[in-house]
Amino acid sequence: MRYIPNSPEERDEMLKVVGLNSPDELFRSIPQNVQLNRALNVTEPLAEIEVISAMDKLAEKNTASRKTSFLGAGAYSHYSPTVVDHLIQRSEFFTSYTPYQPEVTQGTLQYIFEFQTLVCQLTGMDVANASMYDGSTAMAEAFLMAQRVTRRDKVVIAETVHPEYLAVAKTYTQHGDLTIETVHFDKESGRTLADDLNKLDDKTAALVVQSPNFFGCVEDLKSLAEKAHAVGALLIVVVTEAISFGLLKSPGACDADIVVAEGQSFGVPLSYGGPYVGLFACKEKYVRNMPGRLAGIAYDQKGNRGFVLTLATREQHIRREKATSNICTNQGLIALAATIYMETMGRRGLQEVAMQNAQKAAYAARRISEIEGFSLPFSAPRFNEFVVRAPQAAEEILSKLSVDKNIIGGLALSRYYDDNPNDFLVCVTELNSKKQIDTLVEGLQTVI
Amino acid sequence: MSIKKVTSHPTQNEELIFDRSQTGRVGYRLPKLDIEETNLDEILPLELRRDDDLEGVPEVSEVDVIRHFTRMSTWNYSIDLGMYPLGSCTMKYNSRLNEKVARIVGFANLHPLAPEREAQGALELIYNLQEDLAEITGLPGVSLQPAAGAHGEMTGVMLIRAFLDKRDGEKSKERRVMLIPDSAHGTNPASAHLAGFTVKTIRSTSEGLTDMEHLKTLCGEGGIAGLMLTNPNTVGLFETNIRQICDEIHNAGGLVYMDGANMNALVGVARPGDMGVDVIHLNLHKTFSTPHGGGGPGSGPCCCTVELEPFLPTPRIVKDGENYKLDFNRPESIGRVKAFFGNFGMMIRALAYIQTHGAEGLREATEAAVLNARYVGHHLTDAYDKPFESDSMHEVIFSHKKQSRKGVHTLDIAKRLIDYGFHPMTIYFPLIVEGAMLIEPTESVGRADLDAFIDAMRSIAEEAVETPDLVIGAPHTTRIGRLDEATAARKPVLRWKPDMEATAKSA
Repeated sequence: MRYIPNSPEERDEMLKVVGLNSPDELFRSIPQNVQLNRALNVTEPLAEIEVISAMDKLAEKNTASRKTSFLGAGAYSHYSPTVVDHLIQRSEFFTSYTPYQPEVTQGTLQYIFEFQTLVCQLTGMDVANASMYDGSTAMAEAFLMAQRVTRRDKVVIAETVHPEYLAVAKTYTQHGDLTIETVHFDKESGRTLADDLNKLDDKTAALVVQSPNFFGCVEDLKSLAEKAHAVGALLIVVVTEAISFGLLKSPGACDADIVVAEGQSFGVPLSYGGPYVGLFACKEKYVRNMPGRLAGIAYDQKGNRGFVLTLATREQHIRREKATSNICTNQGLIALAATIYMETMGRRGLQEVAMQNAQKAAYAARRISEIEGFSLPFSAPRFNEFVVRAPQAAEEILSKLSVDKNIIGGLALSRYYDDNPNDFLVCVTELNSKKQIDTLVEGLQTVI
Repeated sequence: MSIKKVTSHPTQNEELIFDRSQTGRVGYRLPKLDIEETNLDEILPLELRRDDDLEGVPEVSEVDVIRHFTRMSTWNYSIDLGMYPLGSCTMKYNSRLNEKVARIVGFANLHPLAPEREAQGALELIYNLQEDLAEITGLPGVSLQPAAGAHGEMTGVMLIRAFLDKRDGEKSKERRVMLIPDSAHGTNPASAHLAGFTVKTIRSTSEGLTDMEHLKTLCGEGGIAGLMLTNPNTVGLFETNIRQICDEIHNAGGLVYMDGANMNALVGVARPGDMGVDVIHLNLHKTFSTPHGGGGPGSGPCCCTVELEPFLPTPRIVKDGENYKLDFNRPESIGRVKAFFGNFGMMIRALAYIQTHGAEGLREATEAAVLNARYVGHHLTDAYDKPFESDSMHEVIFSHKKQSRKGVHTLDIAKRLIDYGFHPMTIYFPLIVEGAMLIEPTESVGRADLDAFIDAMRSIAEEAVETPDLVIGAPHTTRIGRLDEATAARKPVLRWKPDMEATAKSA
């Protein structure tokens, strides 16, 4: 086995040194009746060439990966500068552990500190943690945090939050005291229905909204924050498309209390849904109720500045069942990818890429709305996603489009909702050229 | 001409990116917008747009980025540099082949909501890995959805909760006690809490094993939902009574969850399913070598018995004739624990690890890992206090008992080890051993490196007697010394701001 440095002969010598005659004797403390005593029924060892060829064959079957795509809905196709994947493959980053020994992990600790700062800048919040697993679990943790902060047991959530995020929150909270109520959306605008916010009351820990929401509509966060705060509840803002931070008013500027986001758009490949990275930020006054790790500044005896993991008394290894979360390993290397992305794109790049997304989506939306029989059901302002209402079942149209034109034209909303089977969600990013958009429009014209 | 000291060399003093930023620098270029532009006010009214011009976000060139991260990286210790003996962390070699195959475009560019028929390769890969992990653990129900170990734990105890709720109905609420040994990792009680359980702690014996009498007493008190047990446990010993432990719990009406953090001692040798365990999580980022990445991403698959399988997270990836599909029709499922299907990129790497090893290689790795720990244990027993007599599995525990009399503690020994070129072992864990030093070499260390590590440890033991101040003041060779963590926590500075240093220093 080429990953094991010691040869069988060396291992035999070492066995003798520790007083054993055979490798089997290493396992004397395991009772015979629970030992396997046969070879595992997995493959024979494969050579590198064979593994690559087997993997290539599997990857080949993922035909969607090679097609023009307008899929979004929580995972987005964006340009990632070449330096991102190159730098995260430095041994010193990807083969190191959680930075428990700060003297030999300052590289990791400093990028976490930069990551926290960048997340604060983009979300407009005071503090951010070192990452969560992804946007969906970050939102579930935000529910629990709001419950701790307010000592209230009800969360009111807009039904335009990503359905899979809501499902995860329900799993996380099913055994606690927290109840979840949903607020409907306005069928005209696609935004959270203001009239339905009477569900907010003095038992409400938080109002939770996604913006841009699952239908791509940008919410009026300022007025939602006022409504939440009027009853003493927190406003939790969920963002699945982090590129939108470059153009949209930040949740912090709208007085949000907690912001959670999916950071995959920041240079992280689609990779069939993971690993991604959850962003988690809040107002400073709530920091001691925050889940997850935090890096902060510290000094050594000579006054040299360094970074350490700090405020650990919130965490499971100290507080055990009273911890703010059970999270331990998070998404370190993906947070590094996001950090490199944000710094490489920089101030102007984050603005320009956001602008291109909004412009291209606006162009695509206009062109599609001009097709006979197609319409855009929601009137609210949008960023890079929008719902299209087709004259027939969206799933059939998209399926034909894929076969005939090699285009994944979007996501049929029938995956999540029973009503309006003709609706589908289209996402347009900087990677979609005018030609691709025009081909999509032509395709939609011809498949019906 | 004078040569500047090392400590002022730029590679040793890389600023924060925010201090490097210069107005007007750029590190990117996008293609020109190729569509006719719409008036921005028509797309988004002014009040919905940012008005801070992203003030403070850095402006740097591509070269700045490369130098910045390359310099910072040199401040990290890593597996590729040498032995990284963190106990219970399994810092083994991260194969480059695995990195390569995870980046194949057909995987990396696959959207999670792509139609199933156009993502058959990904579903097949997930299915195949499920099958392999079922064989390795002896537990046939597998979900790869959990994103890390603690997430897999939460999933596992939620399966137990769902099973009990179904089996016992209303009476299930009388069964809310989760037994957890005093040697357990902190995530265990935190995860149990999320599933609505209350924790009772089981004592360990002076031999470092679960106290059977105490276990029986606790079971006798009733209300047992289950047990969360790490095996080999966190002092590196196999729980020889595992069958009896599982029987006790089952007889008390509960289920057994095994924390799989230490599976590197067992793969190919013994299977949790054969021991009576009902559910386990694995750490693909430990046992199956996916890179730990400075704190993730992980992947924490959950493997369970047939009885628990209906409760696994939605969707399940199943085989349907020649095809693979997502099964959402799971009425008894605990629900989703994560959007989409888990950390797919880690699954590719883990499968490549299994394929590269094959059955014989997996067992060989286990043998080599246990042998390396035994070898280190053998050579350090006279220099350090070894609290438990029994033969260790893949990790070996010592304490600072012999050194603390001279005022040298575990933290000092760990920091001094850095001067000898090694990353420290896990320290002060588990809590049942005062001044614990938990050493897990893994199979990825050759004999010469083990000998160098042993020499370093023995040498530190001598220093602790002859020149204790040398050890207490360590490390002496790193770019920064020991950091004042207490002050850092008292007035935390958690983000860059132009005036942050003043704030931190006023703490």
